[in-house]
Amino acid sequence: MAYDKFRILKSSCVPLPIENIDTDQIIPARFLKAIERKGFGDNLFRDWKYNLDNTPKKDFVLNNPLYKGEILVGGKNFGSGSSREHAAWSVYDYGFRCVISSFFADIFRANCLNVGVLPVQVSEDFLNVIFENIYNNPSIEILIDLPNQLVSIPELKLSESFDINDYKKNNMLNGYDDIDYLINMKKSITDFANTTPL
Amino acid sequence: MKTTLFDKVWDSHVVSKITNGPEVLFIDRHLIHEVTSPVAFLGLKNRGIKVLYPERTFATADHNTPTINQHLPVLDALSANQLKVLEENSNEHGILYWGLGHEKNGIVHVVGPEYGITQPGATIVCGDSHTSTHGAFGAIAFGIGTSEVEMVLSTQCVMQPKPKKMRITINGTLSKAVTPKDVALYIISKLSTAGATGYFVEYSGEVFLNMSMEGRMTVCNLSIEMGARGGIIAPDNKTFEYIKDREFTPKGDKWEKAMNYWKTLKTDSNAVFDKEISFEGSDITPMITYGTNPGMGMGISNEIPKVEDQKSASKSYFKSLDYMNYDEGESMIGKKIDFVFLGSCTNGRIEDFRDFAKIIKGRKKADNVTAWLVPGSHKVEKAIKAEGILDTLEDSGFQLREPGCSACLAMNDDKIPKGKYAVSTSNRNFEGRQGPGSRTILASPLVAAAAAVTGMITDPRTLF
Repeated sequence: MAYDKFRILKSSCVPLPIENIDTDQIIPARFLKAIERKGFGDNLFRDWKYNLDNTPKKDFVLNNPLYKGEILVGGKNFGSGSSREHAAWSVYDYGFRCVISSFFADIFRANCLNVGVLPVQVSEDFLNVIFENIYNNPSIEILIDLPNQLVSIPELKLSESFDINDYKKNNMLNGYDDIDYLINMKKSITDFANTTPL
Repeated sequence: MKTTLFDKVWDSHVVSKITNGPEVLFIDRHLIHEVTSPVAFLGLKNRGIKVLYPERTFATADHNTPTINQHLPVLDALSANQLKVLEENSNEHGILYWGLGHEKNGIVHVVGPEYGITQPGATIVCGDSHTSTHGAFGAIAFGIGTSEVEMVLSTQCVMQPKPKKMRITINGTLSKAVTPKDVALYIISKLSTAGATGYFVEYSGEVFLNMSMEGRMTVCNLSIEMGARGGIIAPDNKTFEYIKDREFTPKGDKWEKAMNYWKTLKTDSNAVFDKEISFEGSDITPMITYGTNPGMGMGISNEIPKVEDQKSASKSYFKSLDYMNYDEGESMIGKKIDFVFLGSCTNGRIEDFRDFAKIIKGRKKADNVTAWLVPGSHKVEKAIKAEGILDTLEDSGFQLREPGCSACLAMNDDKIPKGKYAVSTSNRNFEGRQGPGSRTILASPLVAAAAAVTGMITDPRTLF
């Protein structure tokens, strides 16, 4: 599914300094019953955001108007657990284009890249600096520069580089997806399949 | 060059390598279910393309299905619709479909091996993280997202960077009441839930050699819980005996030819792994979890670690213990529980029901416990009946439900209520995993059985 191109993003952030945030928290299983990709943003962190009677939990960061923006900053090992792409959809559909953490689970990272959310892995120290600064000044902006693979806090002149492979970077910059690429190489795939009987 | 089992299988499936990018990996067999496939089929429709190799995809309904009254209409409208859409998509594209009520229906990772869809040396994917289960047969198997399901449907390939390789070796023998589930929970407790992220893990050593195929599946299944893409175990005679004569395994000359290849599927001596880890089988005891991720596990007779034992992350640690309403330093033995769940792709096979029956035989279900015993498939259900296990269960006051993923992820009505404790043989103790506000304690079928008859956390070694 097509997504908006990603180049440079400058935004305030939503901090979630909890480790091992799993995809069941990002979107609980009972919200996976859709047959279309619609409405997932509403259920992002559903059980942390709302009580069972649907009243908002006041102490959860997504219910705090101080913190908003297109960047979600999470603790180490973000997105572990289930392979549900619905987790990445809910992050994107809520309005986040980037998740910063000091470590990502593999499948969640791949899903993010496939749906147009940029996972930015930073050092543990830099992550702590980011959290500290967001708490000091909730409107502080973080700059994500994908062409140069840099994440920075311009106000403090602090920055760190991040990794992304050239292929995925090019996809994000242009809004391409893997399926277009694979369909384009169908001949080599069918040739390969002929040598690999079921 | 000396290569690993993983390299042999992976490298033989690479269609092309993209410079500074992922590899295009050909997928032999693709398993789908109702939850992570509909949007992928919708993508195909929007692109106006068909499934490239429908004979390589197999569909079963499991995540969302009720585990009682499966012969009646599904009451939840959204679940019913997802099941209907899977059936329609399968029919439209000519995909084999084992829906609700079909005699071969069951959890995708249980039926794959049962019918010989899972084979050594194959690449297998499914939109489900526990696809790692199939690695027990010497296959490369891993979970994928829905975009990747669409890739496989449309091109039979995924694009993945080649993972690093880790080998976990456990020699020695396992003690009494120590099951494959305990081995896996032990490894995860040592490595943490992120300890193998970025790696594909080969399990080797006497403990895995001596393990049944069911046990190997349990271990490989839980590979994802330490962050690994998957787990793999070299196929041996046990593997070949298990798959021989199953519906989708090769027959006659083709079998001989396949066997010649499968026998080559092992890691060369002196092959190099990016990381090697070893444990001793005799160090492992029956395990239990006390927190909200599968890495928070310990020997059942130990005490919940005090925070000075935790390297960092005390805030997340206490958030976890608060959720469970447990304290550091406490023993888990004797703690009251409310529910027992035996089932899932981790521990829903016949061997798990045999273990459970061993403990409960001659005892009664505790009055304070609600027990949900859910076979992984109709084939497992039939074996439970044929082996007389059902009689044992019923004599002790238990009932058997119908197959499905059930309370493992609680998409259907099998939800543990808020605040209640469930001893579960499944794979994840995340907050609310088994229902909003539910509290999960992961354990083996033996520990689950001990809890079911005593109503509290009980060391199964005291009940033999």
